[in-house]
Amino acid sequence: MTRGKLKVYLGYAAGVGKTYRMLVDAQQLKAAGRDVVIGYFEPHARPDTIAQTEGLEAIPRRLIEYRGTRFEEMDPAAIVARRPEVCVVDEFPHTNVPGLERAKRWEDVEFLLDHGVDVLTTMNIQHLESLNDQVFAITGVRVRETIPDWVVRQAADVVMIDVTPRALLHRLERGVVYGREKAQRALENFFREPALVALRELAMRQTAHEVEHRVEPAKRGGARLLIVLSGDPESAMLIRRAKRVADYLGAECFAVAVSPNGDLADFPEPQREAVERHLNFARNLHIETRILAGQPEAEVLVDFARRNAVTQIFVARARAGSPWLRRSLLEQIVLRAKDMQVVIAGAR
Amino acid sequence: MVETSRKRTPEEYLRDCQAEEDAASRGRLKVFLGYASGVGKSERMLREARRRRERGQHLAIAALQPKTPPEVLAILDGMPVIPTRTVHGRDVIDVDALLDRRPSVCVIDGLAYDNPPGSRNAARWQDAQMLLAAGISVIGSVNIQYIAEFREEVEAITGKSVRETVPLEFLKTADEIELVDAPAERMGEDPRRLAKLREIALVAAADVVDQQLSGYLRAHGIDQTPGAQERILICLTPRTNLRAMLDTGSAIAERFHGQLIVAYVRQPEITPNDQAMLNEKLEAGRAAGAQIVELEGESPVAAILDYAKTHGVTQLFVGHSQQRGLLARIRRNPVEKFIRNSQNMDIRVFPQ
Repeated sequence: MTRGKLKVYLGYAAGVGKTYRMLVDAQQLKAAGRDVVIGYFEPHARPDTIAQTEGLEAIPRRLIEYRGTRFEEMDPAAIVARRPEVCVVDEFPHTNVPGLERAKRWEDVEFLLDHGVDVLTTMNIQHLESLNDQVFAITGVRVRETIPDWVVRQAADVVMIDVTPRALLHRLERGVVYGREKAQRALENFFREPALVALRELAMRQTAHEVEHRVEPAKRGGARLLIVLSGDPESAMLIRRAKRVADYLGAECFAVAVSPNGDLADFPEPQREAVERHLNFARNLHIETRILAGQPEAEVLVDFARRNAVTQIFVARARAGSPWLRRSLLEQIVLRAKDMQVVIAGAR
Repeated sequence: MVETSRKRTPEEYLRDCQAEEDAASRGRLKVFLGYASGVGKSERMLREARRRRERGQHLAIAALQPKTPPEVLAILDGMPVIPTRTVHGRDVIDVDALLDRRPSVCVIDGLAYDNPPGSRNAARWQDAQMLLAAGISVIGSVNIQYIAEFREEVEAITGKSVRETVPLEFLKTADEIELVDAPAERMGEDPRRLAKLREIALVAAADVVDQQLSGYLRAHGIDQTPGAQERILICLTPRTNLRAMLDTGSAIAERFHGQLIVAYVRQPEITPNDQAMLNEKLEAGRAAGAQIVELEGESPVAAILDYAKTHGVTQLFVGHSQQRGLLARIRRNPVEKFIRNSQNMDIRVFPQ
């Protein structure tokens, strides 16, 4: 079976019109004779949008009981059984109620694609994993529902749905996007005008990059990145940043931690748990990981880098007041890496 | 956003005051930017015009595209039209009639037209400027290939040349720009070519938006903070191994559609030999397309950091000679100062 094609409608805030545009396209596909169904549609009660679902078959959602509350989730098995050519799935970054086969809607979408169904879906730029820290810096909001960049990268197309922040704020004030009360709350963080402008610019640049990548992928060869992981909380940010640079440059990327015996058990708790979590996080972003054995850490790292033709080592910034050892590691790496660049990632 | 306030310089203050005064009496310009004909600019623009009219704005259609499809024309549905005049076989906006009727908003579908000789203005975008100056807001549309600065690039992709253009500066004066993006496959042309055009339009729109963001932050006395645009600053000294920095910097700037800056801090007592080396490197920087910045300050590190923080730099490139000597330690390597004082930038250390 050939894998289905994914199309992502990318916006920068709720209310820019992603779902509407997706449904308009779905209607066009149907008019052109394709078998289109709705797998999930979030009825935010915007009449214009609801009107666009008319005539499209909706696959019933399943009802899930969780801790005494009933939730409605998409039913991927039912969709696959129905065998449509194209399926519309709103809210790509959604997290499913615990206990289902898959934790995330993007994983459900992968399942549909694997079964040969084309998928149209919607998301906002702030849900892209590698931008998580930048979005936090812009909005002050830590977005929890994220989508790994490789998931978007494999889409056949990414389309930017744009509207000016001014028009969006008008819509919000008139209560078109949310109810009025919810709108007031939204206006206080994500919807501050400079935040909207910055998110919009991020979305435009990301779309430009996605478009470019599809016609002209970065030439492989040259850059190879090594990420130095630890149990420190900065590691997650470091991974996101380095992976983003690697993706843009078309570079290969490894992440390593160092311990005397090359074993997680070498780390004392609670560090061990943190290192493991960071290694898993890197793997989820499709980064190859390894635990290197030996001491001193800087020497092991730089030797490994050299043997693997690494050109750039990414290290987290030592926090103010962090132990001498940590600062010294950075210094030791810089001193030894005579033939490589060392990048100390910013705290975004 | 980390908001550290900064005093505006008197020049910035005056410029902002002037801008505010101009803005108060001027009409607002909104531009719908597309990457090819057929992406749906006209439709989006006319729908907006209709919504505005329904909200009670006094609106007039000043120009339509000659080949507007009937389903798009249907959106007009009774909106007042001030017809274009035909001069030497060309459609010219009737500026006088518009100034006379004084609608609060007028719609110009297609900003990139030259007017025939003898018209009030040589080009239609100048008509729009005139209307804006008279306090009439303008909603207009344009495709990326008609922006003068992109003409050659687009020509190289499409093989088609266009004559009538709008300068990028005019686009940048827009109060609002709306990008009309659509999947390339629908247009029925070579998708590779269309994708290149899409990319150019997206980056152009992002650059306009970036400028708006900077303006907003400046007006509110907020230091430029690392936003959406990657800005790479290379710290140059006479002994910098610039080649490696430029190679990496250009590659990153190109892939991120970012900006590359080479900065050096002027040294009062530079030897002729060092000056010659510096000049050579500055030339290489220019040749690589970097913006060159000359800074002054007693402490070079502080001067660089101050510039970086106020100009939204996201990546700082510095050279480092791997000396282990006692002297290097005592003098506290500048790299360490950079690292300690640049919380939200990446510091990329290059071996020298």
